[in-house]
Amino acid sequence: MKKLLITLAVSIFLGIIVLIQSLYRIDETEQVIITQFGKPIGEVISDAGLKLKVPFIQTVNRIEKRILLWDGAANDMPTKDKLYITVDTFGRWRIKDPLQYFLRLRDERSALSRLEDILGSETRNAVAKHELIEIIRTTKDRKPAVDPLLENANISTLLPITRGRRQVEQDIYAAASNKLLEFGIELLDIRFKRINYNESVRQKIYQRMISERQQIAERFRSEGAGEANKIIGNMEKDLREIESVAYKTIQTIQGDADAKATEIYANAYNKSKESRSLYNFVKTLKTYQTIIDKKTTLVLTTDSALYKLLSDGKTVAQK
Amino acid sequence: MAQELQKLPDIKVSPKTITLGVITAILLYIGFSSYYTVSAESVGVLQRFGHYHRILDPGLHWKIPFGVDTVIQVPIKRQLKEEFGFGTPGATFENQVVSKQQWNLETTIVTGDLNTAQVEWVIQFRIENAFDFLFKVREPGEALRDISESVMREVVGDRTVDEVLTVGRQEIETNAQIQMQEVVNLYEMGLRIDQVQLKNVNPPDPVQSSFDEVNEAQQERERMINVAHGEYNKAVPRARGKADQNIQAAQGYAIQRVNQAQGDASKFNALLTEYVKAPEVSERRLYLETMAEVLPQVEQKIVLDVKAGNVLPLLNLNRQQGNQ
Repeated sequence: MKKLLITLAVSIFLGIIVLIQSLYRIDETEQVIITQFGKPIGEVISDAGLKLKVPFIQTVNRIEKRILLWDGAANDMPTKDKLYITVDTFGRWRIKDPLQYFLRLRDERSALSRLEDILGSETRNAVAKHELIEIIRTTKDRKPAVDPLLENANISTLLPITRGRRQVEQDIYAAASNKLLEFGIELLDIRFKRINYNESVRQKIYQRMISERQQIAERFRSEGAGEANKIIGNMEKDLREIESVAYKTIQTIQGDADAKATEIYANAYNKSKESRSLYNFVKTLKTYQTIIDKKTTLVLTTDSALYKLLSDGKTVAQK
Repeated sequence: MAQELQKLPDIKVSPKTITLGVITAILLYIGFSSYYTVSAESVGVLQRFGHYHRILDPGLHWKIPFGVDTVIQVPIKRQLKEEFGFGTPGATFENQVVSKQQWNLETTIVTGDLNTAQVEWVIQFRIENAFDFLFKVREPGEALRDISESVMREVVGDRTVDEVLTVGRQEIETNAQIQMQEVVNLYEMGLRIDQVQLKNVNPPDPVQSSFDEVNEAQQERERMINVAHGEYNKAVPRARGKADQNIQAAQGYAIQRVNQAQGDASKFNALLTEYVKAPEVSERRLYLETMAEVLPQVEQKIVLDVKAGNVLPLLNLNRQQGNQ
């Protein structure tokens, strides 16, 4: 009885081990290559779930099914216009042919180092063939929006490009993707993550930016002075205009009034012979009134008309 | 189990009790591991033997224990955030924490006029498709950061430093959001980019002061123009008023002049009417009236006989006295 019990227990135990050895599960994120003594057996198994294999002699090799990240190292490299820049790229890749991949690379670490080799050198090639602006800008015919305050400052212009960032990325992709295919790797894309000026170039760039800004500042100041002068000039013009128009108006008004007065006088005084002689007479008398004052020394000769009048009692009485 | 059964007789407990205990333990384990709670903001992705089975809504769910069914919770309703160039502690996504040295690298962007700008930004996104998010791309968080940096540089690289700093911010945000979404869709990451927001955007530190100088110059320009306008406003309206005053005065003069002339004329005409009636008498009367008016004020009156000689020396003496 006891012996039977032990045999049963041992066989259950062994059975469990065999079961564990022949069953395996594949996750949605994986695909599997079964190897027998290191040699791949059968097709790649890529649908997830619980699977069976020959226990003990077959091994499960799990290979990633998802899209994978390759994050390139940041490298210093010169552009066609001899600017040293630091370029940081990244790419997406996928294990397209797991068997090939398994045979040639076996694991991800060696795959990444291949990617680094191939993409790194293709990136250098592409960058060296293009001027910096070609890998900075993308859209060829874009017109920049200009701050109305900076208008006419002859700044804020985009440098022209013939190819552009995406095209250069495309070049690297085209050159590298075939080379990677033989490792069972499908390159999905490669993009520039960061492009920065190298430390040595950066100072020069800063200098240029500073001088550019100073030029704008100068422009503003001179614009201010110019505008102010224009306003002052305008003021002088306006003042002279106001004054001269007023002068003209005043002279016209006064002239007209004088003319009218003269006309009135003329009409009154020049009406007839009598009016003329009366005017002469009255005017003469008026003149006496104005020229004779208390300081006047009146010299009356005895034969003057006035003296005669004075001495003539009749005339006085008549008054 | 086999070994346990072997040792049974050594322990002073009846085999029945032990069997009962083991069965209870197994039942308890099955009980506890066969339900699963999906939190309100998430969905659960159920895998059976690793194979995708179905999506579980929030709430309590049964599952097969012993590792047959596994559930991963994906917070699809939560608004997630990634910050670039800076970091808020307690960030919401696992790849958020980046060292400060990285911040500087993240923010420095070369613009389309080959200047540089320091751009900080934030992206807000959600997991839209839990299946894609889990099974299509490995390390989706890191991939998203790379995409975001790459796209932001592409967008900024197409703009001038002035656009980036001032007028173009809004446009950059919208374009970056659209383009990031395109790339994310291309990779089938199951994410939706809700928003891209630019935070601090500055020129590099060594250049900052010259940008400030431009602002100052701008202010100075405005000031100069204002001062000139002030001067204009001080002088011109006053001159206008003065001119108006003079014109009014001239008009007054004109009215006065004409009225006077008319007055004089009517006076003269009245006189003339009388004069015409008796010219001789009127003339004499007028003469005498005038003389009577004028002569009394004259202090020195000298009457000279026609035959008298030189009178001038005498006159001179008097004039001198008058002056003293």
